Amino acid sequence: MTQLTDLGVAAIRDGVAGGQFTAVEVAEAFNANVAAAQAALNAFIVTTPDAAIEAARATDARRAAGQPLGKMGGVPIGMKDLFATRGVQTTAASHILEGFKPEYESTVSQKLWDAGAGMLGKLNMDQFAMGSSNETSYFGNVVSPWRRSDGGNAPLAPGGSSGGSSAAVSARLCPAATGTDTGGSIRQPAAFTGISGIKPTYGRCSRWGIVAFASSLDQAGPMARDVRDCAIMLEAMAGFDPKDATSLNLPVPEWEAGLNADLRGKKVGVPREYRMDGTDADVLASWDQGIEWLKDAGAEVIDISLPHTKYALPAYYIVAPAEASSNLARYDGVRYGLRDLPDGANLQEMYAATRAAGFGAEVKRRILIGTYVLSAGFYDAYYTQAQKVRTLIARDFKNAFAEVDVILAPTAPTAAFGLGDMVSDPLAMYLNDVFAVPASLAGLPAMSVPAGLNREGLPLGLQIVGKPFDEQGVLNAGLAIEGRAGFTAKPERWW
Amino acid sequence: MSVDTATVARIASLARIKVGEAELEAMVPELNGILAWVEQLGEVDVTGIEPMTAVIENHLRLRDDVIDADPLTGGGVRESVLANAPAAEHGFFGVPKVIE
Repeated sequence: MTQLTDLGVAAIRDGVAGGQFTAVEVAEAFNANVAAAQAALNAFIVTTPDAAIEAARATDARRAAGQPLGKMGGVPIGMKDLFATRGVQTTAASHILEGFKPEYESTVSQKLWDAGAGMLGKLNMDQFAMGSSNETSYFGNVVSPWRRSDGGNAPLAPGGSSGGSSAAVSARLCPAATGTDTGGSIRQPAAFTGISGIKPTYGRCSRWGIVAFASSLDQAGPMARDVRDCAIMLEAMAGFDPKDATSLNLPVPEWEAGLNADLRGKKVGVPREYRMDGTDADVLASWDQGIEWLKDAGAEVIDISLPHTKYALPAYYIVAPAEASSNLARYDGVRYGLRDLPDGANLQEMYAATRAAGFGAEVKRRILIGTYVLSAGFYDAYYTQAQKVRTLIARDFKNAFAEVDVILAPTAPTAAFGLGDMVSDPLAMYLNDVFAVPASLAGLPAMSVPAGLNREGLPLGLQIVGKPFDEQGVLNAGLAIEGRAGFTAKPERWW
Repeated sequence: MSVDTATVARIASLARIKVGEAELEAMVPELNGILAWVEQLGEVDVTGIEPMTAVIENHLRLRDDVIDADPLTGGGVRESVLANAPAAEHGFFGVPKVIE
């Protein structure tokens, strides 16, 4: 019999609905995998096996009563620790929120529970989603389940910030997980671990109840093993929410039903500025392979230009820290979270001591950059200039989409790097998001799908960027690649 | 533009983060590295370009002017509001004395 933990979202949903197995059996199988991997991979901050069983029992009871089971009926998932979950510790992987148990549920997580999903636990991540390797968590690094094929056991980064999500899905600890993407935090970890992940158009998924990092960029999305599973889960997560001022008031398309890998008549843009010096040769080869696959699917491939590409990353590292410095002002040791009150300290000293003790080094770095670029005398030179450049980057995409339907590029310039390899150089770490950030700045839907393995046996991802609201076009191109890549590799279990 | 120790100390004070001397010294080159790198934005011609305000065109909505329309964000939930406070006292957030 196939192991239940080898099944994805669609297979579990259909198997539970068809009575091949019960939702409780599925939840128990994944709970066991989660427990067995926790010491080695550290993918979860909190595990919630009882919540997974409880949701599964409810699904089984609904099936017995002949009621509909929901889009995610019987599917247990991992929840990134950025989503507020009622009564379950929500920390954004920070010390300052350690012990925080929200009194409310985020819109996206509530939608998933309403669709029949259950929670296996809260997934580790980079602290406040700031990082590209999951090495900034207060609760320790997540270790990728992947290892290089050289026989060495060097621990590798699962990517970030959704590194717990990527590690857990690829290690078969959950069939799918939520992620959030501010500048690549769904796509880059998905690429590093050989799974799929989509960041929808900005505003598709409500930000209400998601711990805020950079509000004009933050967007939730699913991470799963294949394109169909992403489509199913995104349907469950998306939708208008009056509690989020930037939520899109649009109906949620039936992305799963609309899946179609026939790309005849479609035009795919290949941006020449993404052929950057320093990009790994295997990454460039997989990109070329991806172009051939999309041609084989019937698409016409067109060379395009996105002239301001090289300015996207520096613009991002002004805009995102600026918004973060503002958003993270709320952590003051008064209303929730950590308080550090040295003897005799006044209110201002309490704020400063609390924030010094509660934030990690990368979070402090970004708050200080953000505070500086927003400060009097520097605002126009940095922040306003960056927002103007952002307008130009969005315009580049708009011009390109007058010609093409989707854009194909690598997800990241390298495969997974080793834990510890980049931590001493913040700039080198930032550069790993060079291909992911432009679509974030323009609010566009973008996904990563596995393309193959590099010469070290590590997964590489290909990225598809689409027009605003055209998640379907992105998913379909992803499906065309998936069908031709035939990616079946998975990490060999060593934990 | 680059920052010196005094500037970083001032930024840290604005950001309400206590930073020790050694930490301050370490941060100066790190922040200067990042600032020198973002400086390249200055070479982009932005004549006549408006700064981005919304990535996806949207209009700001107003909610109906109804008290407690959403019970979760309405009133009467003091216990919930205070549930995670590190020092809730007498139904309020407790802080160090601010008036001498």
